Amino acid sequence: MNVVLAKTDTGRAVSTSFALARERLPGSGKVAEQRQQAFEAFERAGLPHRRIEDWKYTDLRVLMREVLPLAAAPDTAALSRAEAALKLHAIEGTRRLVLVDGVFAAKLSDLGKGEKGLSVRTLREVLEAGDGELLASDNSNPMIALNTAMATDGVVIEIANGTVLEQPLHVVHVASTGTPAAMYTRSLLRLGRDASATLVESFVATEGAKAYQTYDSLIVSLGDNARLDHLRLVEDGLEAFNIASAAVTLGAHAQLNTFGMVSGASVSRYQPTIIFAGEGARVDTNGVNLIKGRQHADTTLFMDHAVPHCASREVFRAVIDDRAHSVFQGRIVVRPDAQKTDAKMMTRALLLSDEAEADNKPELEIFADDVTCGHGATTGALDESLLFYLRARGLPEKEAQALLIQAFVGEAIESIANDSLREHVIAAAQRWLEARA
Amino acid sequence: MALLEVKDLQVRVEDREILHGLSLTVNPGEVHAIMGPNGSGKSTLSHVIAGKPGYEVTGGQILFRGEDLLEMAPDERAAKGVFLAFQYPVEIPGVATMNFLRTALNAQRKARGESEYSTPDFLKKVREVSKSLNIPQDMLKRGVNVGFSGGEKKRNEILQMALFEPSLCILDEMDSGLDIDALRIAADGVNALRSPERAMVVITHYQRLLNYIVPDYVHVMAKGSVVKTGGKELALQLEESGYAQFEDA
Repeated sequence: MNVVLAKTDTGRAVSTSFALARERLPGSGKVAEQRQQAFEAFERAGLPHRRIEDWKYTDLRVLMREVLPLAAAPDTAALSRAEAALKLHAIEGTRRLVLVDGVFAAKLSDLGKGEKGLSVRTLREVLEAGDGELLASDNSNPMIALNTAMATDGVVIEIANGTVLEQPLHVVHVASTGTPAAMYTRSLLRLGRDASATLVESFVATEGAKAYQTYDSLIVSLGDNARLDHLRLVEDGLEAFNIASAAVTLGAHAQLNTFGMVSGASVSRYQPTIIFAGEGARVDTNGVNLIKGRQHADTTLFMDHAVPHCASREVFRAVIDDRAHSVFQGRIVVRPDAQKTDAKMMTRALLLSDEAEADNKPELEIFADDVTCGHGATTGALDESLLFYLRARGLPEKEAQALLIQAFVGEAIESIANDSLREHVIAAAQRWLEARA
Repeated sequence: MALLEVKDLQVRVEDREILHGLSLTVNPGEVHAIMGPNGSGKSTLSHVIAGKPGYEVTGGQILFRGEDLLEMAPDERAAKGVFLAFQYPVEIPGVATMNFLRTALNAQRKARGESEYSTPDFLKKVREVSKSLNIPQDMLKRGVNVGFSGGEKKRNEILQMALFEPSLCILDEMDSGLDIDALRIAADGVNALRSPERAMVVITHYQRLLNYIVPDYVHVMAKGSVVKTGGKELALQLEESGYAQFEDA
């Protein structure tokens, strides 16, 4: 769709912001050119709005209105605020890699004693060395283009062939900015052949960080037979915006098990694209939204079955209270060659108030004839007969509801293979339920 | 004091009056059977005592140890000692039976101002009771009633009754869907809980159940009220003569 628009005030503000930020953006020469092209692509499109099909339910012109200026690099005070916030969100036993206001914070990260086969660099290092591969992404999505233009830092993680990484990696995005500002990160995780790893991503805020915008883009590539367990937790401040994407490519017989939970941010959008590039791969993707107030949480997933004999499962659960709005768009494409594809998608939304809203949009585009594909979607309130049963056994109303909500999201949470990570997520969900009671 | 006093109870569902002036008094230690044809209002009575939403009480009262039961939320009634064994126990996927039992028991104890059960005491008690009811331990790990057979669901109700130690047990059509062996196990479980402090109200369509759980009183319900009360022999008479005599009245 082509929507030609005159440049708005907002558009001018972004141009100025990009011009001002350029000095600080790593990379010159070809890298700077890539940024320029991406920025022009963003400028042509502007913020996505409801007339663009993909953004129908998440009109950023209405919800976000403007792109904020680039956040300042964190000073000592910002880093100590971030350190305090990390204590609340730490996950024991993980190797922590921390980005504060879009800048890698070596002081807060665990860089010592790297396991054999693990390499961690920053995006800044990579871009300054002149390697622009990580910025070579598709400019057709204006928000990814904006991220390409503005990415200040990120982590570039490479795991060598055959390396089984024991310690989960925990990439924490901390927003500490006290003034309204935007932060842009781009990261890479590349797993070699037969390698396996666990990646946790958390988006959190320090005390005092309120109306910020965080833009992230993750690129993942799994070699043949590689396995990634991925956990993504959006726990941003309730006035924040989190606009993110992921591009995942799986080699033959690779396995991806991914779980996402959104409980924070005023508006969040996560747009993963998963491409099967080798036969026999499998993806399990699970998601939970726990939202209330006027939160808006959008997951727009694109599963591209490009080759035969791959399987994908999507289980998505949304719990929506007050006037919150949950969006799930799941598009599965099965290309003509992708025979024996087995793809299933199930989304369920639980509305806890009359004003809560859920939009579920499954899309199946199947061009092969020997496939098993299916999807289902339900939306409803808590089952009155179950509530009565629990209350007749002595559970007060809120406790009975909490037990049923836990059960509702439980199926998705159970998919987390690592015990301590699963416990971490269960505890986060429980905190959300307790805050509600 | 009577444990339960239902006085001139009138209940509507939407625009239809289901109970028209029903009265019943149950004392501690007694077992009352309520028999009657389908649609006579037996299950409505059990639901109203337990506090199920959707029923409008338009007249009369229900006192539990002299307190107005109708003023209490369902969970308060449970904590006071009212237990309804459901005719159709619901399945609750994702809530492990063991977790449910412990949460419910502790919620009741908390409401009564009692301390929570310690984990070893709780486990010991569950193990004892489940063994006597022939409930395998792995069933307790599954979701509440999920994939349970009809008999298992009913035994799970009795397991809860034994754990919660209520003073009033209402058994709603406990025999429906059970074969004779399952019925015997369930009835043995119920009989084990009979005590001078505890009363039971056994709701059933058939006399058969009363061979296993022998009542002190039998009440016949028809068209929304109690039309006849007698001893256990009344059940046998009904078996021969049927309910038609009451329905035509």
